[in-house]
Amino acid sequence: MALLNTFLLLLAALCIPGLINRTRALLAGRKGIRFAQHLYDVRLLLHKEAVYSTTTTALFRAVPSVYLGAAIVAALLIPTGELTPLLSFDGDLVAFAYLLALGRTALILAAMDTGSSFEGMGASREALYGMLVEPALLLTFGTLALLAGYTSFADIFNDGLPDDVQFIIVLLFAAYVLLKIVFTESGRIPVDDPRTHLELTMIHEVMCLDYCGVDLAYIKMAGWLKTASFAMLAANAAAATFGLRWWVAAPLSVVLTGVAVGVVESTQARNKLARNTTFILTIVALAALLFFTAYLLQLNIAIQ
Amino acid sequence: MNAMKYLTTDNTSGAVRLKDIPEVPYAAFYDDLAGKLSEPRYHVAHYFALPDEGRMRFYCLVLDDAEGRVLITSHATEYYDDTALPSLTALHAQLHPFERDITERYGIRFDGQPWPKPLRFPFDRYDRRSSMDNYPFYTMEGRSLHEVNVGPIHAGIIEPGAFRFICNGEQVLHLEIALGYQHRGVERAFETTENRLRQACLAEAVAGDSAVAHALAYAEAVERLTGFERPAQLDRERAIALELERMAMQIADTGALSTDVGYQLGQVACEALRTMTINTTQAWCGNRFGKGLVRPHGTDHPLTPEKSAMIRRNVREIARRYEEVRRDICSSPTLLARFEQCGIVPRDEMLRIGGVGQAARASGVARDLRTTHPSGAYAKHLHHETIVEEQGDVMARLLVRCREVPQSAEYVDRLLSIYEGKYAATENPCPHPDYAAPLLPSSLSFGLIEGWRGETLHVALTDAVGHIAACRIKDPSLHNWMALALAVRGEGISDFPICNKSFNLSYCGHDL
Repeated sequence: MALLNTFLLLLAALCIPGLINRTRALLAGRKGIRFAQHLYDVRLLLHKEAVYSTTTTALFRAVPSVYLGAAIVAALLIPTGELTPLLSFDGDLVAFAYLLALGRTALILAAMDTGSSFEGMGASREALYGMLVEPALLLTFGTLALLAGYTSFADIFNDGLPDDVQFIIVLLFAAYVLLKIVFTESGRIPVDDPRTHLELTMIHEVMCLDYCGVDLAYIKMAGWLKTASFAMLAANAAAATFGLRWWVAAPLSVVLTGVAVGVVESTQARNKLARNTTFILTIVALAALLFFTAYLLQLNIAIQ
Repeated sequence: MNAMKYLTTDNTSGAVRLKDIPEVPYAAFYDDLAGKLSEPRYHVAHYFALPDEGRMRFYCLVLDDAEGRVLITSHATEYYDDTALPSLTALHAQLHPFERDITERYGIRFDGQPWPKPLRFPFDRYDRRSSMDNYPFYTMEGRSLHEVNVGPIHAGIIEPGAFRFICNGEQVLHLEIALGYQHRGVERAFETTENRLRQACLAEAVAGDSAVAHALAYAEAVERLTGFERPAQLDRERAIALELERMAMQIADTGALSTDVGYQLGQVACEALRTMTINTTQAWCGNRFGKGLVRPHGTDHPLTPEKSAMIRRNVREIARRYEEVRRDICSSPTLLARFEQCGIVPRDEMLRIGGVGQAARASGVARDLRTTHPSGAYAKHLHHETIVEEQGDVMARLLVRCREVPQSAEYVDRLLSIYEGKYAATENPCPHPDYAAPLLPSSLSFGLIEGWRGETLHVALTDAVGHIAACRIKDPSLHNWMALALAVRGEGISDFPICNKSFNLSYCGHDL
């Protein structure tokens, strides 16, 4: 079962970028690149060797592995529906959040290591937005833990979540917040634009400017895993409202994220950078609202 | 007295004899220009120096927007006279590129010039020690400030130019733009050939996105020197070419602005429409950018009824579809949030730096040669109404574009309907180009064209035997690069790309 879970998560990670591109192409009235183009791109990168700037140190070389490693371990904590993930322990939702934070910190350090002013700016932006999105993440996880009474993703989604009607709204709300976090964490419009060539406006991409070959492939793959982990959590929360089944959650995670990101990227412009803060704080506010709603509902039940 | 200081001409008269251009003492020139340029109706179109029989003669062309006049005057110094002239830039910032150019080429010093920096590093510059590697960038001290250098090589396929930002965090305090990387010696190339076909091709290559405007400016300058009376139909065809170029570029820039804020629908729609526009030009003359379309004394690609019908059909379709895109953009809150109140250049600053063209019009400065100095079809048929927006932000510059496209489409349609009415059955009266007609000796002539970016000027001077002895070219970018530097002051550095795109200035047009 654990292997099926890992396989599904991996599959979602590989499909989501393809579906985003498909949706965008469809809405633009174009034929679009082939579904698996991003896989071919990464295969190409894996065949290339890395070139390092002379100003960088060993830190810069180590970071892609740390970044990918953190993303892999974090992804292994995520269940698909009721399936058990490979890794699971009490409190693993906190471990998940901070494994990703570890990867982020590593990448920020690597960006500063290059000494490039572009990458310094990107690092400062990434640090700011990463810091702002953290409360939203923990409040949402806290809500799930509160409702389920467990602090491990596996237990929460296995049979922890209550199936009373009044919790449906909370779970859908949680799914919505998690989906919004997908946008910020995977650097999508309206927060960041993964397609732009303008270094001055980049956030995530600019930190990877000095990476190429294998290293860049690692960073890209880590990005897919991160996106898939959040997408799967959102899908799990949404699917939990009508009986959590892995064969619902897995496709839902791909479709939900792929279509949502694709539609937003086609029809909306990016935020002004200064407005990203507002955008992320709104997510935090939603998450706080979510947490208190769940808490009140919980109390109400206890009184009866 | 005042009337004697200038030779007054306009955009429809012929060439002027060099000896008719008054030569005034620099003090008088300085005083008069200092007064004139404080009025918004006047701005300097060109100010350049030329060695003239052991002396340096400085010619200045001032445009009077209110009365459609072109005022030409000159002053002179001895060639080896190295006294510094008091700088007019200190009073009127709009003269900075011209004074810098004169200093750079001939070593003439301007006293009190507030920005004495190289402009474009020509090969035969006076001070060969001055090079791109030691460009004197402006610096600021401060622990919380940092410098960001962008370029000269940029991401994507755009031209080279170095941008040095001084930032406080995300906020830009100062931007300095150092250009010259695209200097090819175009003006010199004009002087070294007498082949006018080659010169016409050179004119088209001054700035690839304004091929028609520059070719037209060159052709008009030459036609003034030969005294050629243009048939009205030739004027109309040239206006059609110019308006098609304007449409193509305004649409392309609408798309580029959409790209830079990540708005995919606007991007793909405008890319398709721009392609359709330039393909129309290609179907007319064989080149998408209209190269080969404008030639002195005639045309190699006279309109035929079939081509005319094709152009009208396409242009109407483009205008219809562009209107949909425009409506989408103007009603999309995420786009408005990006474009409004971003990169503001207020009207008085735009006037101070002598901004021209559509960037100036977006800041409430109604400078449009089609209205103020009309010639050809613009004088006879179109009676252009200048489109002006007051805000001076990115949105205003976008709106000027959005409003000019349907206007241009309407002009193209109207001019083609005149053609179809007159020559549907008979042969097109446009003559073939003539590259050999003799030029007036010892004269100065100019071609003054409102290209899509703004005021495009070619000045040609002939020697005693009627050869083009010198050519001075001005692309509107020369004025407007400073507007970009002003626009990003106080903005977030991440908004620089859309500010830059909203001006879309030419590097090679500046660098020549």
